[in-house]
Amino acid sequence: MTYILILITNFHSKYLFYMDVRYNVLQKRFSKTELYMPEKKIRVLIAKPGLDGHDRGAKVVARALRDAGMEVIYTGLRQTPEMIAEAALQEDVDAVGLSILSGAHMALVPRVIELLKANGQENVMVFVGGIIPETDVPPLIEAGVKAVYGPGTPTSRCVEDIQKAVLGEVVA
Amino acid sequence: MHLAEAVLSGNRLALARLLTQVENGTPEGVAALDFLFPFTGKAHLIGITGAPGTGKSSLVNQLARAFRHLKNGASERRVAVVAVDPSSPFTGGALLGDRVRMRDLAGDAGVFIRSMASRGALGGLARATASVVQVLDAAGYDVIMVETVGVGQSEVDIARLAYTTLVVEAPGLGDDIQASKAGILEIADILVVNKADQAGADNTERSLRAMLEMAYPSKGYRGHHGVRSGEEAAADMSQMPAWVPPVMRTVALDASGIEELAQAILQHGEYLRATGEWQRREYVRLKNELDDLLRAALMARWQSGVRDDDYRSVLEQLCARQISPYQAVARLLEFGIQAGGANDKL
Repeated sequence: MTYILILITNFHSKYLFYMDVRYNVLQKRFSKTELYMPEKKIRVLIAKPGLDGHDRGAKVVARALRDAGMEVIYTGLRQTPEMIAEAALQEDVDAVGLSILSGAHMALVPRVIELLKANGQENVMVFVGGIIPETDVPPLIEAGVKAVYGPGTPTSRCVEDIQKAVLGEVVA
Repeated sequence: MHLAEAVLSGNRLALARLLTQVENGTPEGVAALDFLFPFTGKAHLIGITGAPGTGKSSLVNQLARAFRHLKNGASERRVAVVAVDPSSPFTGGALLGDRVRMRDLAGDAGVFIRSMASRGALGGLARATASVVQVLDAAGYDVIMVETVGVGQSEVDIARLAYTTLVVEAPGLGDDIQASKAGILEIADILVVNKADQAGADNTERSLRAMLEMAYPSKGYRGHHGVRSGEEAAADMSQMPAWVPPVMRTVALDASGIEELAQAILQHGEYLRATGEWQRREYVRLKNELDDLLRAALMARWQSGVRDDDYRSVLEQLCARQISPYQAVARLLEFGIQAGGANDKL
């Protein structure tokens, strides 16, 4: 008798578990497709300041952020700091990624940060990718850069850093 | 409300932040829309649509420059651009690349460009595009260009939003049968053959003109008598009782044909105002917006009225083929109405 009861409870809890999984799926569908739910999306500007034409890295990062569910605005090549700050303003982005391989980062990056601040966007997270000598990283961080990503950095680290900086948590 | 007030006083950061609120549908964004609505209705809304890669963004770039140079009497025109690109159906992320083609507009304080992701909407725009346009209208932009995602044959939402709709074609995208199909070409107020310096542009123009001849047979349309300049065509049209979409050739990369196209757009605006069509389009636009909002609100009310358990049990009966989809809907509506009625009494 007890044995049967255990069996029944067992079955019951399992059944409940399955119901739960299905319920979650239903819930998701129910709210996602039926009704427009307001949602906050992380918006990131990816820009290439300066004169080098190597945009593969910028495109890889842009694609990785897109695949992490972010809305990525790509500006294209040869942008001045003024153009980047203006785009960041109009697009109301949460983060700005600068890709530089020309060696001009010490001139361009602080200027972008300065302009962002002047526009009232001091809360925007700025990160830099490209070829940045190690000795230049501390002064860039000092200037307000949140992170510098060299060659070989896993894109997931970039994604996690942005999520942490913007949302305060990493979204799996 | 301070964001909305700052927008009216011309603060660009406030405008950008409010656009985000409106795009995300936050309560603050909705309240700001209520506040700003009386200030809307002045801008000329221009839609730019067409297949991917036909040069919509480059064309918008050139048109914005042209509108900045074409003075409206003594005052200059302020131009806003809303560029929509698709969201991924899998991750919800998006790569918004329209700004890449609009770099000529950087540094001009009279131009405001905003990229939007479609966020799952399928008509070529995002759900919040109409609201975003309203905010830009209230902010005092005289010309607002809305660039749709690259569309196929039937994403025609833009025609409900814009006063003047441009459909952009490029050489090599199909023959005259494509041109005769229903959908995207029907919504054009102006047809643009971009990349007109490339091989096949004549064929594209010819099939578009042939399509127009069938659509407007009684108007004595004489498109087959050789190639006419866009300006000539537009001038011709303005004397006609009905607007026949002119076919204009442009090369967005070197700006040829752009001045004429901008003039034709302004002429279309004048035509709409002179014939009362402007008010009619505004009526249709606001009616559509009202209907959409009503649908969403009714859905939300029903959803708050129906219990998850009831929805689930009906869905399971449906999956077990005990009831039909129509019966399931009838049953769910009863739940919603009963509960909704009870809520109303409270």
